[in-house]
Amino acid sequence: MNELTHVDEAAVSGQPKIAPAVEPKIVARKVQVFYGDNHAIKDVDVDIPANSVMSFIGPSGCGKSTFLRCLNRMNDTIDVCRVEGKIELDHEDIYDPKVDPVQLRAKVGMVFQKPNPFPKSIFENVAYGPRIHGLARNKTDMEEIVVTALQKAGLFAEVKDRLDAPGTGLSGGQQQRLCIARAIAVSPEVILMDEPCSALDPIATAKVEELIDELRENYTIVIVTHSMQQAARVSQRTAFFHLGLLVEEGPTDNIFTNPHDKRTQDYITGRFG
Amino acid sequence: MSLSVILLVLLALAVVGYVLGRSRALGSAGGDMQKLHSLPSYYGWNAALMVLIPSLLVLVVWLIVQPIVIHNQVASMISEASIEKSSLDLVMSDVKRVADGLDAAVEAGAMTADQASSIRTEFTDVRDRLGDVGVALGSDVNSETLRAAQRYREIASTGALLRLIVVVGFGLAGLAFAYMRSHRDFRARNVVERVVRWILLSAASIAILTTLGIVLSLIFNTIEFFRVYPAADFFFGLTWSPSFGGGSELGIVPLIWATLYISFIALSVAVPVGLFAAIYLSEYAGPHVRSFAKPMLEVLAGIPTIVYGLFALLTVGPLLVDAFGGGGLFGVDWMQGASSVLTAGFVMGIMLIPFVSSLSDDIINAVPQAMRDGSLGLGATHSETVKQVILPAALPGIVGAILLAASRAIGETMIVVLGAGAAARLSLNPLEAMTTVTAKIVSQLTGDADFASPEALVAFALGMTLFVVTLLLNIAALYIVRKYREQYE
Amino acid sequence: MTDATLGSPLAGPARKKSSLLAVDALTKKRNASEARFKAYGVSAVVIGLLFLVALLWAILSNGLGAFSQTFIQVPVKLDKGAIEAAEKSIVKTSKYRAIINTGFRAELGRAGIDTGMDDRGLQKMMSSGAAATLREFVLANPDQIGRTVTFEFVASSRVDGYLKGRVKREDLINDKNLDAAHLDLIDAMRKADIVTKTFNWQFVLGTDASDSRPEQAGMGASMVGSFFMMLVVLMLSLPIGVAASIYLEEFAPQNWLTDLIEVNISNLAAVPSIVFGILGLAVFIQFAHLPQSAPLVGGLVLTLMTLPTIIISTRASLKAVPPSIRDAALGVGASKMQSIFHHVLPLAMPGILTGTIIGLAQALGETAPLLLIGMVGFIASNFPEGVGDGFLAPNSAMPAQIYEWAKRADPAFYERAWGGIIILLVFLMAMNILAIVLRRRFERRW
Repeated sequence: MNELTHVDEAAVSGQPKIAPAVEPKIVARKVQVFYGDNHAIKDVDVDIPANSVMSFIGPSGCGKSTFLRCLNRMNDTIDVCRVEGKIELDHEDIYDPKVDPVQLRAKVGMVFQKPNPFPKSIFENVAYGPRIHGLARNKTDMEEIVVTALQKAGLFAEVKDRLDAPGTGLSGGQQQRLCIARAIAVSPEVILMDEPCSALDPIATAKVEELIDELRENYTIVIVTHSMQQAARVSQRTAFFHLGLLVEEGPTDNIFTNPHDKRTQDYITGRFG
Repeated sequence: MSLSVILLVLLALAVVGYVLGRSRALGSAGGDMQKLHSLPSYYGWNAALMVLIPSLLVLVVWLIVQPIVIHNQVASMISEASIEKSSLDLVMSDVKRVADGLDAAVEAGAMTADQASSIRTEFTDVRDRLGDVGVALGSDVNSETLRAAQRYREIASTGALLRLIVVVGFGLAGLAFAYMRSHRDFRARNVVERVVRWILLSAASIAILTTLGIVLSLIFNTIEFFRVYPAADFFFGLTWSPSFGGGSELGIVPLIWATLYISFIALSVAVPVGLFAAIYLSEYAGPHVRSFAKPMLEVLAGIPTIVYGLFALLTVGPLLVDAFGGGGLFGVDWMQGASSVLTAGFVMGIMLIPFVSSLSDDIINAVPQAMRDGSLGLGATHSETVKQVILPAALPGIVGAILLAASRAIGETMIVVLGAGAAARLSLNPLEAMTTVTAKIVSQLTGDADFASPEALVAFALGMTLFVVTLLLNIAALYIVRKYREQYE
Repeated sequence: MTDATLGSPLAGPARKKSSLLAVDALTKKRNASEARFKAYGVSAVVIGLLFLVALLWAILSNGLGAFSQTFIQVPVKLDKGAIEAAEKSIVKTSKYRAIINTGFRAELGRAGIDTGMDDRGLQKMMSSGAAATLREFVLANPDQIGRTVTFEFVASSRVDGYLKGRVKREDLINDKNLDAAHLDLIDAMRKADIVTKTFNWQFVLGTDASDSRPEQAGMGASMVGSFFMMLVVLMLSLPIGVAASIYLEEFAPQNWLTDLIEVNISNLAAVPSIVFGILGLAVFIQFAHLPQSAPLVGGLVLTLMTLPTIIISTRASLKAVPPSIRDAALGVGASKMQSIFHHVLPLAMPGILTGTIIGLAQALGETAPLLLIGMVGFIASNFPEGVGDGFLAPNSAMPAQIYEWAKRADPAFYERAWGGIIILLVFLMAMNILAIVLRRRFERRW
């Protein structure tokens, strides 16, 4: 039940808007990813600060999604994928053989490109995570968790009368917020978002972006996005990936106004991508 | 004039038509292919089809109509008295047998054609004379039957002659018509293609005809059965004891019970094993294991059912007797013979494993990867993902697969004929021999029973029941599976 | 490792953190359940494979014996007087049997084996068909009369079974056919090399035999029956199946008739095979008066049964030909019919053939419909005399023959039934391999 209380306490403790990078939540050093013979990620070093939003940008196939999926070991599900180097979450190596990926993923949640609600009711969609992780002692607990998660995801008002309706019946934007609520319900510390708005219309996108901004107070968020505007709007720090390399990383403002690397410059001015 | 001669004549006419049609069309264009509307061969094909199609249609109609006409003509010669003694059908089959016998005698040279049409029972013992040429007749031939048989032969031979004339006439007419039309402006290709299209359509319609044939042959004989045996006794009777001497009790309930019992055992073997195998192979197994285990399991599906039947009768049955029979492994005397509900059900279960597993495999693979990612991303273990996300999502499809497997189990014949036993019984003990609907269809129709007796006709009523039940299951399953697929497409 | 020491400074002070490196109790439980679930999966696959192994083992261990046969070598003096007397007698075989017995006794005497057995007992050693074998030889080779010819007579099924180890000595003691003296005699004969065991060509190529002579029963005639049946299936289902598929795939308009055809095809594919047998009985035999037990009728029934399978696979191969091929043909001015028959069909042909072969293999192993049209219960003791006879004369088929043997009272026929299954499976395997090779060789990736 620790995670639950943590959420509330973190909410009241009030973090500064831009987290100082003194104590990073996630530290990655010399990360290499191979798909069979394909060297997809080369020597990536990055610090991800807690309670802030970091965005990964870069052209298609640059490895940003692959790197994101390393952070909660989703790549484990792909047979040919191999990860080298070190990724630490709160100073613990997540690729340590003693680490159970199931426990890791409870701490590092994920939201996917296409909204993927389960073919169950809205309530059951959100309750699924807490149930498998044994977070609720009884029915009332569970209801509280679900309602809180839906509220945090800004969806509760829209669905409170039809919690038993199938999650697949919601609109695309609502589905994506349901998926975010589903991820929040497990009380993760980090939420990974893989292009969460690419399948949504502009209004739904605006809502999700607003939500991301609110969630920042309590969670560390890493978002992969195709849209540089989105990265500029929601993130405090930005990392630019190109051909499997992390080219440049820094405060979002700096990256967009004053990039150091020629490749970053070319990309944000639209010369390739 | 035999059928093959007519067919050969028609074929020859078609070839002639091809050559004539082609050459006349070419001739009309002065030998220049460019001036023809279609390629020369189309004119040839046009003529050949014109010869064959009308004449063959006439021939088919003739083959259906002629026996009916003969039957009516000859039936009018049979006196009321002899119909009352047995039945018109029996007398008519006697007549046919005598007529065939006379044919055989003439062919064998034991009689001249004249003799065959003029002998009289008053002067000759027809039965003996036919017996000499190897035609066995059950009863003595009376004069009425003999005369009817002779009349039968007369009409049949006139009919055959007429048939030849009419059919070949149609062929010639078609040839002449096509020949006249074979001119360079004639759109031969369009005509030929239209005809080919009709041929394609009729090939596709054979599926409808087959269903129609099944339904009609079942319905007519079932109605016939219910005329001699009350339908209520058939559907609700608790005893099945046919006796060919009459006084049979033909209640379907014990047969249905055994059918369902065996199918239930089969499914309780096949569904868990098949489903778990499918889950393992599609969710866990690496490519090497999968590429070995999947085809191996599918070998089980390619083995003919007779093999499973023998396996049940000679291997599994005796093993079960060793375990449960008197003086067996468990020291209990629960099983008398190798045939039992368990024997048949267990072996049928083995047969159905690949059926369940490959259908479930398809269905599990149709669940989008995004579902798995979503669940794994929340920190679910693989088995939690399978149990709580994939299986519920795939449930309709899996239910459909199980229904299809159930329909297979209910309709399976060889395993139960060999492995289940022959005595109909209403019992709960799975180690007892019982018999099923399909097994009884076989035994009622392979005996020497007269096709008009209720003991033989009941097989059609059983077949009808089987057909309806499996049809409903199939339609339900196909509907469910289709709906399921649409959901993810 | 306590949780607090590893806590992030960013979290609240009261925040108790769980370490990733320590697996908590719930996760342990969940992982155990994961391992259990996986074990169920593995065991399901293993159980399935074990069933396959058990089945194959049962087939091979019981059936391989049928491919060897024990023969008894007996030099018989073809005495002219004795043969003439036999030919004049009414029960010719018993006289011929006496001739064999004389030779047999002499041979045993020569080998120094002493039997106190009477003729009747001695006869049980050999197939009751031995006399017929001798008579046929004499009638075919009249010039051999007067000489001594060494025959290899088929041993009776029990002698054969005893030598193959199929029947145990203890079981045979209670058998009314053989007693301990016979078994001693067999052992002695084996020592004296009077019995030989060779490959059983008669089983593979011969015809079926009556109930009392399991040692002479063979699959040959039923193989011919199956061959003619498959010929009918091939000649009908391939053209009809291809024509129907072309119509449905390329021409059929969207209307009720097309829907009706589609629904019918998918339902027919799932109708129990015994129902097709009823159809065959009612339509082909009762209504159309085609001969019972004829391969032609069997072939017609199996054609109707395999058509849906063939249509489904043919449509799949037609669908696999990309539309660009059709467009290309239409673009140079071919009619739709020409584009299909000249371009699409040849490209789809390997796939169609593969599907057809698999359909044929299915039909070859099908038994239930054949029972109803009279292909069981008929003893296929003769080969058909010509092609016409092959289609129309009563015959059996491989699976029907196996069923026939499985039903007979004498357990010696069971070995034949298992052996028949081996032959049947060899054919099925060959057909499937052919299909796989065809697919591999001609498979095209677009």
